[in-house]
Amino acid sequence: MSAATLAGLCGAALVGLGLYGLVTNPESLRKILSFNILGSGVFLLFGIIARRGAAAGLAADPAPQALVITGIVVAFSASALAVALLLRLFKETGKVTLGADPPTKSPADGTGV
Amino acid sequence: MPSIALSDSTTTASGYLLVLAVILPVIGLLLAFLLGGRRAEQIALGLMPIGLCLAAAIAFGVWRADGVLVYVLGGWSPPLGVALRADGFSAVMLVTTALIVTAAAFFARANFSTPLDLTEARAPLSFWTLLLALWAALNCVFLGGDLFNLYVALELLTFAAVPIVCLDGQAATLKAALRYLLFALFGSVLYLLGIALLYGAYGALDIVVLSQRVRPEAALWVAMALMTAGLAAKTALVPLYLWLPPAHAGAPPAGSAMLSALVVKASFFIAVRLWFHVMSPLPREAAMQILAALGAGAIIFGSVLALRQERLKLLIAYSTVAQIGYLFLMFPLAAGEHPWTDAAWTGGVLQAVSHAFAKAAMFLAAGLIAETLGHDRIAGLRGAGRLMPMTIFAFGLGGLSLMGLPPSGGFVAKWLLLTAAVESGQWLWALAMLAGGLLAGAYVFRVLAPALASANANEPSPRPSPGRGREAAALALALFAMLIGFAPPALFELIQIGRPQIARPVTTIVTSR
Amino acid sequence: MIVVTAVDIELAVLVLAVAAWTIAARQAFPAVVGYVAYGLLLSLVWVRLYAVDVALTEAAIGSGVTGVVLIGAATRLRGTEAEAAAEQPRAFLRLAAAALCVGMTVALAAAVLLMPDPAPTLAPEAVAHLPSTGLGNAVTAVLLAYRVVDTMFESVVLLLALVGVWSLAPDRDWGGAPKFPRPAGQDGVLTFFAQLLPPVGIVVGIHIVWIGADEPGGKFQGGTILAAMWIIAMTAGLVDAPQISRCWLRLVLVAGTAAFLVIGVAGFAWAAGFLAYPEGYAKPLILVIEAFMTLSVAATLGMLVGGPPQQELRR
Repeated sequence: MSAATLAGLCGAALVGLGLYGLVTNPESLRKILSFNILGSGVFLLFGIIARRGAAAGLAADPAPQALVITGIVVAFSASALAVALLLRLFKETGKVTLGADPPTKSPADGTGV
Repeated sequence: MPSIALSDSTTTASGYLLVLAVILPVIGLLLAFLLGGRRAEQIALGLMPIGLCLAAAIAFGVWRADGVLVYVLGGWSPPLGVALRADGFSAVMLVTTALIVTAAAFFARANFSTPLDLTEARAPLSFWTLLLALWAALNCVFLGGDLFNLYVALELLTFAAVPIVCLDGQAATLKAALRYLLFALFGSVLYLLGIALLYGAYGALDIVVLSQRVRPEAALWVAMALMTAGLAAKTALVPLYLWLPPAHAGAPPAGSAMLSALVVKASFFIAVRLWFHVMSPLPREAAMQILAALGAGAIIFGSVLALRQERLKLLIAYSTVAQIGYLFLMFPLAAGEHPWTDAAWTGGVLQAVSHAFAKAAMFLAAGLIAETLGHDRIAGLRGAGRLMPMTIFAFGLGGLSLMGLPPSGGFVAKWLLLTAAVESGQWLWALAMLAGGLLAGAYVFRVLAPALASANANEPSPRPSPGRGREAAALALALFAMLIGFAPPALFELIQIGRPQIARPVTTIVTSR
Repeated sequence: MIVVTAVDIELAVLVLAVAAWTIAARQAFPAVVGYVAYGLLLSLVWVRLYAVDVALTEAAIGSGVTGVVLIGAATRLRGTEAEAAAEQPRAFLRLAAAALCVGMTVALAAAVLLMPDPAPTLAPEAVAHLPSTGLGNAVTAVLLAYRVVDTMFESVVLLLALVGVWSLAPDRDWGGAPKFPRPAGQDGVLTFFAQLLPPVGIVVGIHIVWIGADEPGGKFQGGTILAAMWIIAMTAGLVDAPQISRCWLRLVLVAGTAAFLVIGVAGFAWAAGFLAYPEGYAKPLILVIEAFMTLSVAATLGMLVGGPPQQELRR
């Protein structure tokens, strides 16, 4: 087994861990955290693919590396937006989960669930 | 093999139109954000006619060339570089998008104009910037030829769509938006995972290049399963639909219209690209049947839930869950090479388009109803027909298309799908469609019956009726849904352009080009 | 082929252990702190994969700025865990989820182990075209030449995330400035660092962007360091957070995407087409784009960390 394969297995395990946290943890902040771990596991898979594609004097294929850099920035943007939403929701309702729906403010606003 | 790479990866005449369609809304959003205030609205509205002309020009270009328009970005051909491509399906979706975004923008002027005493306000600036971003992302999805480029476009779409849901800042919509965002992120991370596996196996992300390299092997099936699951979560295919009803029902009417009509179609569009284009050389009957089973489930389940809603907007949102189901019936019916596949492909595409127009019209109409009556309880709709006949008429026409009654676009779409199902002996899907039509009839009737009845004396007096212009926007969209029922043969020819010939070895594809 | 060393195994075990702890921790705050440590460990893994550009990005953005945002949120949400714990899904549901996740991991691990050998790669092509870009770093060539359209859209994604965050402000605060909470009781230390660090950080940040053309580094990594310096200065109160209605701020925020568009459209006239560079001018044009992008990335990251405006517009 090579170092790259080990990193790939590590990435696969991180995907599983992140997915578990995303599905089972009721706290939204922890879901965002799990999403980041899940994402980094996916990026690591790109990393091993890059490493395995070493050729032409490069230690790793540059294309997947570039995709990961783009992916990391996108994942950060997503976290920032999700955290802002969560904090605003917390300010409005005092709740940090997406479980049972709170009663809507006015029943006539048409947005009630 | 080189000949196909050449034919699909060199810039064609008028390929530059594809670039313009993608960057026009991006330029618009930068200017809107930079100049701010009332300028944002003016820029967005000013760009609408140009965008419409561009979309029409692309559709005409595809039709005249009778082939796919290609633009190779930066001159770097795939697999190293990225190409934009427009086929018939892209062209039809681009025109639909331009029309619906224009109608929604026109409609939204009343809700999102900057107050006179301010130079800039939060909701208007956000809305107009997000609207332009939404448009840019949709155009990018419909023209993208590279799976990772499509990932970035999908994320752009999510970031544009989610804040629109909660522009009112209410607890309920904030919660709907957060749930929507988490589902969407879950979907895109699965999609990205599939991209990693595909690149690892084939060293390319371009759709055409991939279609020449795919082999039936474990990595491909795992990748396709992950990507399809991710896209299904973003399309709200049952059982991953939970986020949709509160988000689509809670958004402002113009936002709901765009979300239900267009945004869910973007991820569906990519699923079609995957299963019909990337996978074109491989047999994949079982996977198609699973997708159709989920689709049939969505039709029945979504329709029943729509029937049980107390509120108009939620009813329309659940109806979207059901109508998405029809789209997925296209997969087994349009796959392979059979006498019925041409019709099924056209039916699937027309379902995407006619549902877009009908649903946008219904959400705009529902917005006007809620604004005029001060609520959107279905039980309290009595007399709405007399108060705002044009709006109720628009809603009714949209409903006709959902039921699949002639002469609507929905009728043509569902008829084509239904005949394909019957011809191919896939009776179960035919039954699901028929049941869906009946249920749609029932839930549309549930709204129209009280709306057309005369008003109760003890109902609170309604607010002044909305401006005629906004009613006309809803009606125009509903009429478009009808017009598709009278579409000229040219539209049917256009839809077929670029449809991959299925389950044939790659060599025959090369010679046929 | 490189054989696994003890370092690699230890690193992998450590990364997994910290990740598992981050998922399992009861309190959100330590979990978030664990996440930052996890990100730094992950950068080491990236170095071991010879992906130094990614390692820098992971350390700067994946762990660094994301960590700041998450820690800020965890601080504000302290003490809400007990209530949330009541909504924990039932044991059999968690078991089902665990089974699903294990299945997913096994499928992915199998896919990793069954990857084709030799692996398909774009490295030879990327290297072959490198001279025409004038760049020395193939990753930068992918980001700013071969797949430049992705990077352009990514800059739009960043801007849009900021629009989304700002749209969550209360109406009355629109046009005002975000608030960077000052940590209580440590003003002296913070001010000291805030005066000391930025000059150094700015030089380092610009250096990282500059060498990015040929060595690992580039606009996202350099821009993040600049953003960090700005955030420290704003947190210490040395500079005011800008009001979001400021024209200069908006200009800086859109500058990166605008540079892509202007140079891209000019490609129609002076080169082979949109986003193509004219013969011999690729490198200077790429450096222009990088310079504008660095400014935009720094400003966008700084403002994203600040969150929606919370102080009313001073007229």
